Amino acid sequence: MSLDLVVNVAIAGVLTGLVYGLMALGLSVIFGVVRVVNFAHGEMMTIAMYAATALFAALSLDPFLAVLPVAAAFFVLGYAMQAGLINPFITRPEHSQFMLLVAVAIILVNALLMIFGPGARNVQVDYQLESFEIGKILVDKARLYAALLAVAAAAALFAFFRFSLTGKAIRACADNYLGAKVVGLNVKKYYALTFGLGAACVAVAGCAMVLLVDVTPPLGPYYTLLAFVIVIVGGLGSMTGALLGGVLIGVSEALAGLFIAPSAKSMFSFGLLILVLLLRPQGLLGKKA
Amino acid sequence: MNRRTFNRNIALAGAAAALSPFSMVRAQAQKLRVGVLLPRSGFQGFIGQSCQKGADLAPGVIKEMLGVDIELMNADTETNVDTARTRAERLIQEGAHVLVGAFDSGQSAAIAQVAEQRGVPYIVNIAAAPQITEQGYKFVFRNFQTAPDIVREGLALIGDLFRATNTVPRTAVFMHVNDTFGQAMAKGIGAFMPRLTQLPFKIVDTISYDPAAKDLTVEVSKAKATNADFLMLVCRLNDAIILRREMVKQRWNPMGIISPGSPGMYEEQFYKTLGKLSEHCISNVPWYNPRAELTKVVEKAFLKQNPKDKLVYHGLNAGFTFEAILIAADAFRRAKSTDAKTLAEAVRQTNIANKMMLGAPIRFNAKGQVEGIGSACVQNLNLTPTVVLPAAAATAKPVFPMPGYKKA
Repeated sequence: MSLDLVVNVAIAGVLTGLVYGLMALGLSVIFGVVRVVNFAHGEMMTIAMYAATALFAALSLDPFLAVLPVAAAFFVLGYAMQAGLINPFITRPEHSQFMLLVAVAIILVNALLMIFGPGARNVQVDYQLESFEIGKILVDKARLYAALLAVAAAAALFAFFRFSLTGKAIRACADNYLGAKVVGLNVKKYYALTFGLGAACVAVAGCAMVLLVDVTPPLGPYYTLLAFVIVIVGGLGSMTGALLGGVLIGVSEALAGLFIAPSAKSMFSFGLLILVLLLRPQGLLGKKA
Repeated sequence: MNRRTFNRNIALAGAAAALSPFSMVRAQAQKLRVGVLLPRSGFQGFIGQSCQKGADLAPGVIKEMLGVDIELMNADTETNVDTARTRAERLIQEGAHVLVGAFDSGQSAAIAQVAEQRGVPYIVNIAAAPQITEQGYKFVFRNFQTAPDIVREGLALIGDLFRATNTVPRTAVFMHVNDTFGQAMAKGIGAFMPRLTQLPFKIVDTISYDPAAKDLTVEVSKAKATNADFLMLVCRLNDAIILRREMVKQRWNPMGIISPGSPGMYEEQFYKTLGKLSEHCISNVPWYNPRAELTKVVEKAFLKQNPKDKLVYHGLNAGFTFEAILIAADAFRRAKSTDAKTLAEAVRQTNIANKMMLGAPIRFNAKGQVEGIGSACVQNLNLTPTVVLPAAAATAKPVFPMPGYKKA
């Protein structure tokens, strides 16, 4: 097996993994602050992918330009969803939260089936089938751009939480719920803001992902599961962990496909999950409870 | 009248009604209820919908042909084996006299189990896994080639293609979906290739992949790295689209992409999604005879029901689905009964010469399998599936190697 084949496959794995990482980042942010696991996460990303395809079909809008309106809409939707639907469940048992979000996920999948039908949809941008050629290495243009978008969005989110006052307030709510209330922070408002940010994050990931895969309604549960695998490997609640987990899963799936068997790709990522759960249950960058 | 007399009179009246000639006439005149099971959603959704077009036109055409009334009971298997099983159960509970479907081998095998257990005739429209008619089932029939038949016909046509184009490719990389159908095809190719010494090429690598794959970067990278002269592909629809795109991204231009007998590359959605990239792909598959009288009738009915569509994009799917319902209706006409055993026996005695698909008349062997179904080499030319071989049925000459081919 030639080295350039391995490098080509590894690069594709890293680039895809970065988009996976951004998707999982939204899940990790929501859990890290609100302490609610979003079981409709993949379904939300599928909606973002459909939104990108619809904007492309109607206005020929490149998914990279569609990011802004789609992310803004998702922020509003996420905020409303947390404020109107999830906040009443914050103090309820975890199984109630689980059932609520699973129900939301099922409704979303079926709504997509009713609206768009079962067929696959995609966007056909000019650069979709082009690649950069560096010696014997071929880098898929769409995949590279999608990964760069994912890195930019993740960096913006890191900067927001690190440097903005609102970001610091959200972190305070995540660190100490009671303390945040005592100092006068409107915790539920910040929870809604966080869910909005997580939703916007997944919207960006959806706009990037639609350049890499065709979208169908049943894709949602698959991505929800994938996001879980990534955040558990990286560490639930850790933003850097989510990105790292995404890259690890992307690369390991690609290399497993190359060295073992392409049809064993998913098996390998679940194997990695079991290994992490056995050796480091809090995830690679997660904190011990 | 006391209670006993009343009960006796009611019982006698019931028995008389049940045995009256009027009642029997009514049973004969009833509609044949055909449960149509197809994957109309999920990753095989487009193909299932394509098959459905053949089912939808069947009642009208068959009423004209045989004078039989058919009521279709449609069920979506959602491209899921378990759903196929439960939908088959439900259709039987709801009164289906015969089942038809289900395009996919895994789903068809599950339905076959249900049909056999419940004693309801089941006619497979499209599914190639040999085991479906190798279980000794009494109620399961198939009017489609088995995987070994498809492979034998498909490989023979590959040899014909090379002779017709004076080309001698030496190597092939074989890629196949890793499902029941794909594995059966792979097994068939593994068995037949060593025997077909007249074929000039050898398979340098075999790569299987998930039929629901969303990304085939690794698979195509591996295939490209073999430097094989051409790609031999056993695919479905969505994966064929993803794979063709990935080949372009990775700038892999083999001499050709040839399917020895699988769906995907002749489907309408393949052309719609890929446009010019769909050109010159070749599928050696069971196909319809454009010159057959019945084809013309079906084509007319198809156009009436789908004014913006063409039968040629649904030839295999709609054709075999229509023929499966035709077999059921023909059996019902001869049996004059919807009794499952009588109907199954009538299906077994089928002999239909006025058919649409290529090959010998429809006759079932002792296992419930039709033999002698023919294949054609269908190449995508001008965004249309075009028969290029055998020469007797061809409407254009084959193009091989594909334009744009660069020797590695």
